Amino acid sequence: MTNKLIVSLSPHIHSGDSIQRNMYGVCIALLPALLCSFYFFGLGAVVVTLTSVLSCLFFEWFINRFLLRKQELTISDGSALITGLLLAFNLPSNIPLWMVVTGALFAIGVVKMTFGGLGCNLFNPALAARAFMLISFPVEMTTWPVAGQSWATYTDAQTGATPLSLIKEAAKSGDASLLDQLPSAIDMLVGQTGGCMGEVSALAILIGLIYMLSRGIITWHIPLSIIVTVFAATGIMHIANPAFASPVVEILSGGLMLGAVFMATDYVTSPMTHKGQLIYGVAIGLLTVVIRTFGAYPEGMSFAILIANAFTPLINNYCKPKRFGAAEGSKK
Amino acid sequence: MKTFRIGGVHPEGNKLSAARPITIAPLPQVAVFPLGQHIGAPAKPIVNKGDKVIVGQMIAEAGGFVSAPIHSSVSGTVLKIDTIVDASGYAKPAIYIQVEDDVWDESIDRSADLVKIEDRPELTDKEIVAKIQNAGIVGMGGACFPTHVKLSPPPGSKIEWVIINAVECEPYLTADHRLMLEHADEILVGVALLMKAVGVHKGYIAIEGNKPDAIDLMTEKAQAYPDIEIVPLKIKYPQGGEKQLIDAVVGRQVPAPPALPANVGAIIQNVGTAFAVYQAVMKNKPLFERVVTVTGKSLAQPSNFMVRMGTPMQQLIDLCGGLPEDTGKVVGGGPMMGKALINTDVPICKGSSGVLVMNDKEARRGQAGPCIRCGKCVTVCPMGLEPYLLANGTVNEMWDLLEANQITSCIECGSCQFTCPSHRPLLDFVRIGKSTVTGIIKSRVQSK
Repeated sequence: MTNKLIVSLSPHIHSGDSIQRNMYGVCIALLPALLCSFYFFGLGAVVVTLTSVLSCLFFEWFINRFLLRKQELTISDGSALITGLLLAFNLPSNIPLWMVVTGALFAIGVVKMTFGGLGCNLFNPALAARAFMLISFPVEMTTWPVAGQSWATYTDAQTGATPLSLIKEAAKSGDASLLDQLPSAIDMLVGQTGGCMGEVSALAILIGLIYMLSRGIITWHIPLSIIVTVFAATGIMHIANPAFASPVVEILSGGLMLGAVFMATDYVTSPMTHKGQLIYGVAIGLLTVVIRTFGAYPEGMSFAILIANAFTPLINNYCKPKRFGAAEGSKK
Repeated sequence: MKTFRIGGVHPEGNKLSAARPITIAPLPQVAVFPLGQHIGAPAKPIVNKGDKVIVGQMIAEAGGFVSAPIHSSVSGTVLKIDTIVDASGYAKPAIYIQVEDDVWDESIDRSADLVKIEDRPELTDKEIVAKIQNAGIVGMGGACFPTHVKLSPPPGSKIEWVIINAVECEPYLTADHRLMLEHADEILVGVALLMKAVGVHKGYIAIEGNKPDAIDLMTEKAQAYPDIEIVPLKIKYPQGGEKQLIDAVVGRQVPAPPALPANVGAIIQNVGTAFAVYQAVMKNKPLFERVVTVTGKSLAQPSNFMVRMGTPMQQLIDLCGGLPEDTGKVVGGGPMMGKALINTDVPICKGSSGVLVMNDKEARRGQAGPCIRCGKCVTVCPMGLEPYLLANGTVNEMWDLLEANQITSCIECGSCQFTCPSHRPLLDFVRIGKSTVTGIIKSRVQSK
């Protein structure tokens, strides 16, 4: 025998799954929502998205190359691309570009790379950056253009109230008639409403969800537990007092769908076991309802997810999978 | 169809040799018999250099109760007692025999006539176990645990079922599949003998759904045996794992070590073992040949052979068209749990179910990346463990954490590493952690 054999431990085969397959899978799932944002918000959406994605990729590359001096570059793994897309999805389409770049620097530089890069961050980079921008630029971050204006509008776009600010006002004043001004559920499902770029069309996000479930990128546990919790909690409140919006409106409005499907399911910052994921999902749902109803901001999704992110290590520590043999005596 | 409840993966079947009947491999020139080809004490040689031996003659006796004797598969002259690198990669003592002619021990019944269990009503359970022990039969699925030990369960455990493992969940391997198609009657007698040996009245033969022809044939033949039931199972790896199989077939889970399958009332035997039991008890033929699948995508003709023990794997590869130019790895066993071989001179032993030839591209692992905490390893682990945690704990030498998270329950099936999108060598780390923690537990028990 002249040629030498490779010797390694088993297993000798691999499923073929890869980080790239999962990350680019998420990117494909984001496409319908991306196209909707272009359709409803025109040029502004295109410019903001491009700025966000390019600056996220740039900061990832720059930090790896010049600050960490790593030989392997990680910008091709797709995670910075997702952060860029998701950050853009969380912004209004008329926001000044320098703010977008600042947000990208915070997401990649502070939230992701200081913790050690992919797999090490405690908080979802895009959401942490959104929270940072909401506090730093409160006016620009809460002025939303009305959907469906002409293509060329960007900074001069007409702005208007979002469904969530109406809901908040109705809840505060106890005046249920304010809720009549809400767009119809169909409009909110399709995305004909004001809000952040990527969050307006629940339908587009649900298409992305179905795609990710069918490819096994995520499981149903997190998105479903969030949506069901919010639906149930707001449903009870609506029955008790009609000044609270109906549960259908609640789950279709704001960043709920976007958060439940794409933000809370982020691998790195969500729990590892299915049981832990359910707890995490219910916690996010309840926190969202509490913040939406009693907090200072009309939208509570992003803060709810960030708070739940902080609890993820604790959940992992206490939610162990069901060990084989632990439930002995049980029969099928 | 039934299956086990926790975790599992779906590797591609790649049963390339499923349609190839078992052919008899030619005798080797020199047969080599490693003395430690089973779990337990190695066998002790009872022949010396220059001795003449015949087929079926015992050449090494059991080294204790948990051990098994070894019989010559060939006739000829003992060349030497030396070492050989076996599938584990270590040099182990072995008996070398120069093959001359093919002279069999006359007490072996070489006819193809089926001996049914009714034909030998005088056989007692003790006799059956003794014959199995003297024939050197060990678990032929690859674990090589001496069969007579399994058939002598600890006192106090009540055995209810014999479960025959015909799952063959490892990709590529088809030895058990072909054995069922070609020797169904003998296998059923073997199962009946095993049931009689432990005094149970319920036997199951578990077969995965990717072998419908074997399920049909065995179901038809088993109609003559009211106590034996064929159980088709949903395709999922590692269904052939002893604990997973019991869970799949009778819905009971064996508790964490040191509990044994016998504690929940089950005894598991491989289908190849059942065939060997038939031959040993009814035909007086010790275990010296077995079915081996020789396979791989780059091999000219993947095949199944009836092989005499001690035949070098290279000879079988040559029968399939030779080792291809681009060979990167040769695995003894299947791709999920088999051992990569250092060279192809390794002889076929009692536990060699297959030889898998992989090309250079298949043989290389992917570049490992960071853990992205996707949790897929946790989802697929059939023991309900957290492989990512166990691997990290090993890297950081957190032995207490590993013990608390039941690292010793790991069955080393490789599902976690197979699944990891980041190509992390999870099982490599878990093995290190598991052996370290096992050592710590042992020394603690001893110091008490």
